[in-house]
Amino acid sequence: MSDNILEIKDLTVSFDGFKAVNKLNTSVKKGDIHFFIGPNGAGKTTLLDAICGRVRPAEGSILFKSISDVTKMSEHQIVELGIGRKFQVPSVFMGITIYENMELAAVKKRSLYSSLFSKLNKEQMERIEDVLRTIGLYEKRYRTPAALSHGEKQWLEIGMLLVQQPEIMLLDEPVAGMGRKETERTGELLKEISETCSVIVVEHDMEFVRECADKVTVLHEGMLLDEGNMQDVQNNPKVIEVYLGRGGE
Amino acid sequence: MNENLQGIKGRLLGNNITVTVLLVLLAIAPLFLSDFRTNLLGKFIAFAVLALGIDLIWGYTGILSLGHGVYFGLGAYCMAMYLKLEASGGKLPDFMSWSGQETLPWFWKPFAYAPLAIILSVVVPVVLALVVGYLTFKNRIKGVYFSILTQALSIIFVVLFVGQQAFTGGTNGITNFKTIFGLPISASSTKVGLYYVALVVLILSFIFCKWIVRRRIGKVLIAIRDGENRARFSGYNPATYKTFVYCISAGLAGLAGALFVPQVGIISPAEMGIVPSVEMVIWVAIGGRGTLVGAIIGAILVNSLKSAVSESFPAVWSYFIGIMFVAVVIFMPYGLMGLSKQIKEKIRKIRTIGKDFETGSETNSKIDPKIDSQTKINMIEGLGCDEHVG
Amino acid sequence: MSTNLLQIFNGISVSSILLLAALGLAITFGLMKIINMAHGELIMIGAYVTYMVQNFFISFVDVKFFDLYFILAIPLSFLITAFMGYVLEITIIKRLYGRPLDSLLATWGVSLILQQLARSIFGAPNVDVKSPGWLNGGLTVFNDLQLPYKRLFIILLVGLCIVGVYFFLYKTDGGRRIRAVMQNRSMAQSLGINTRRVDAMTFALGSGLAGIAGCALTLLGSIGPTLGTNYIIDTFMVVVLGGVGRIIGTVAGAGAIGIGNTTFEFFTNASMGKVLVFLMVILFLQWKPQGFFTISSRALDE
Repeated sequence: MSDNILEIKDLTVSFDGFKAVNKLNTSVKKGDIHFFIGPNGAGKTTLLDAICGRVRPAEGSILFKSISDVTKMSEHQIVELGIGRKFQVPSVFMGITIYENMELAAVKKRSLYSSLFSKLNKEQMERIEDVLRTIGLYEKRYRTPAALSHGEKQWLEIGMLLVQQPEIMLLDEPVAGMGRKETERTGELLKEISETCSVIVVEHDMEFVRECADKVTVLHEGMLLDEGNMQDVQNNPKVIEVYLGRGGE
Repeated sequence: MNENLQGIKGRLLGNNITVTVLLVLLAIAPLFLSDFRTNLLGKFIAFAVLALGIDLIWGYTGILSLGHGVYFGLGAYCMAMYLKLEASGGKLPDFMSWSGQETLPWFWKPFAYAPLAIILSVVVPVVLALVVGYLTFKNRIKGVYFSILTQALSIIFVVLFVGQQAFTGGTNGITNFKTIFGLPISASSTKVGLYYVALVVLILSFIFCKWIVRRRIGKVLIAIRDGENRARFSGYNPATYKTFVYCISAGLAGLAGALFVPQVGIISPAEMGIVPSVEMVIWVAIGGRGTLVGAIIGAILVNSLKSAVSESFPAVWSYFIGIMFVAVVIFMPYGLMGLSKQIKEKIRKIRTIGKDFETGSETNSKIDPKIDSQTKINMIEGLGCDEHVG
Repeated sequence: MSTNLLQIFNGISVSSILLLAALGLAITFGLMKIINMAHGELIMIGAYVTYMVQNFFISFVDVKFFDLYFILAIPLSFLITAFMGYVLEITIIKRLYGRPLDSLLATWGVSLILQQLARSIFGAPNVDVKSPGWLNGGLTVFNDLQLPYKRLFIILLVGLCIVGVYFFLYKTDGGRRIRAVMQNRSMAQSLGINTRRVDAMTFALGSGLAGIAGCALTLLGSIGPTLGTNYIIDTFMVVVLGGVGRIIGTVAGAGAIGIGNTTFEFFTNASMGKVLVFLMVILFLQWKPQGFFTISSRALDE
């Protein structure tokens, strides 16, 4: 039994013939903060889509904890396994309060029966309030997310992900649109999170990658270009060319 | 405009007061109204039960059903079959003899027993809703596509019922009832009795719906409405929840039908069609979707207006209701219950923009204007966040 | 042999009418994800325009030229309903952008108003429109089979409309703009395309096509305020079944429903026929919820 939480084998995702992800082979180690970088269109977001079930691959498999192939499961089942995703555009539920948003994320039993009959227990309520304090939304918890700024909505989504207590978190450009201070805070939070949870991050902010990454995978045109720690990857001439030398192609 | 815990409690209390006042008024109304009017109001109360179901699926879960008349009609027909068998006193119902039927069809037989008829008036619509819900929600058919399919469903049933004259009475429907539970159906006391039965059913239905909405499932439903995909990625299976509320709303519709038919004395396929089905939605829209109280208010108010206007001026009613459809959806998306909310939101919007100018601070109108203003507009116009997943 | 041929022909004829009615709806739905519940009433308006043109010719034009009224009626139906669609879009539809369910309700209200207007102006009973003389009779095939000219004309008309729409969408600038907005609205906006104009123009085009359908329907029978409601559900089914974004989808959908209707009707009766078609649609959607043909895009929204 390896200590890989995800094993991606020969993953191919195609849209009408265009291969967004092309025979990708890689793995994510348990407890790592693993960054996926690459120019636009490299397939990073599609990879996240394939992992969380939003998109079905044409070929290949994604093994979670060496047991379950998530490519064969539906989105909510994947969440129940313990895979949580934060999307690029903050997406929270506007019609209910911030606290209620967190409540929906925090419960482990999401069946019809539980939703009808069970209430939050003390441990869950404390967990929600802790996370609310961490993300700085405790004061506003009974307001609806409509009152939040873009950055605060991002934080709420991260909070919902935290309170879900997944085993692996997928973050798609988590610091997009954030200022320097907020980015640093996110970095600290990530490091804290990775103590109990593996993290996959898709990002463009290289400073942020440098600060937090345990491992970096560079994708280009759906395929793996390089993999390793940030130092080595940064200095790989192929990587530099792909990032800087993209003329017309 | 600080929406804190106090604010929410205040709003709930306000709604509770409205409901209590409303129900008290309905309880004492028969003392002040003529028999005819009481009977009419009783019909509207049946409609209010139906409207509660529609609010559950549309106001809370975002499912627009334009064919709910089917469930209402099925419940009504179940009750009508019992009433007809009572009226025929053991012989074949008149319309069957006229159509050349010789024996009572097997599926009519259970309806000779009143309790069974009442149970079936709820169970039959629920079973149909289960099948429809399963076939559609599981395949992620939703939104406009789903609404159109419900219209087609409605038409199918109308065509079916009209066509099978020997079994259903055809276009004329089923009528000419004599007694209900042994009491003469046209007696004043029976009518008043039916009125209060309807009122009690309304109160119980309201409490039931309120309970559902207050539990966590109520939040899940709203989440599904505001962002179905996002709810999926939070681990909830929308198909299960949608089918569940859809079945509940079908059951409520069937119950409403069972209350309707003894008070009105007739049920015909016309009540199952697309025109009455769409009107049911507009009751809730005018009253205020997503509030439950709004559904009751809308159902009673709109139908009262319709009674008053369309008898004397049928053309005026068509124009009026058509304009209502357009005006309410565009200008009053929260309905009557939401008028004060709408005004408060407009004030808040004006204040926020004003603050921007003064302090130059970053508020949600500055960062990422495209996303946020659209989200704000969506919120203000009553729909919440549309698919903002990725 | 000839009964089968007649059946097939009837199926094609019904399909062609559905296609004409559905084409406009498919275009507006494909672009704006809005189902216009008043689409049936736009068809009705096209039919009444034809009626009025006929009356005008009867009152003011020499009897010799009566048969020509129809030639005038076709473009006039198109223009008038297109204009009404344009007005509808800029007053009501545009306020409901992003709210497809609410636009169902609002356009339903418009359809109620339009139906009542028709009733008030023209009266509730159906009225007859006398077909032009040159369309009477039929084409005799195989000795005992007569294919009515009216239906052949409609098939021809539909064909011309399809070609016209295809040409417009794929070979002109205006059409290219429409397709751009249909495929990626925000991208089109960033490229400087005035999406408001595109929306209004597209809605006008879709409405105009409905008008032509109404004009064609006068050939087949009397018309009245409920003309729209008779065709609207089948039209919706065509759009749901055919999928969104490609003309071939609408053609396939219309074909399936038209032929399905006539075939089932032949074997059972009109009402059972409709029921069976509906069941087939639901079953098909189990297998392919997006319909026959769609534009697949990276964005996984419906």
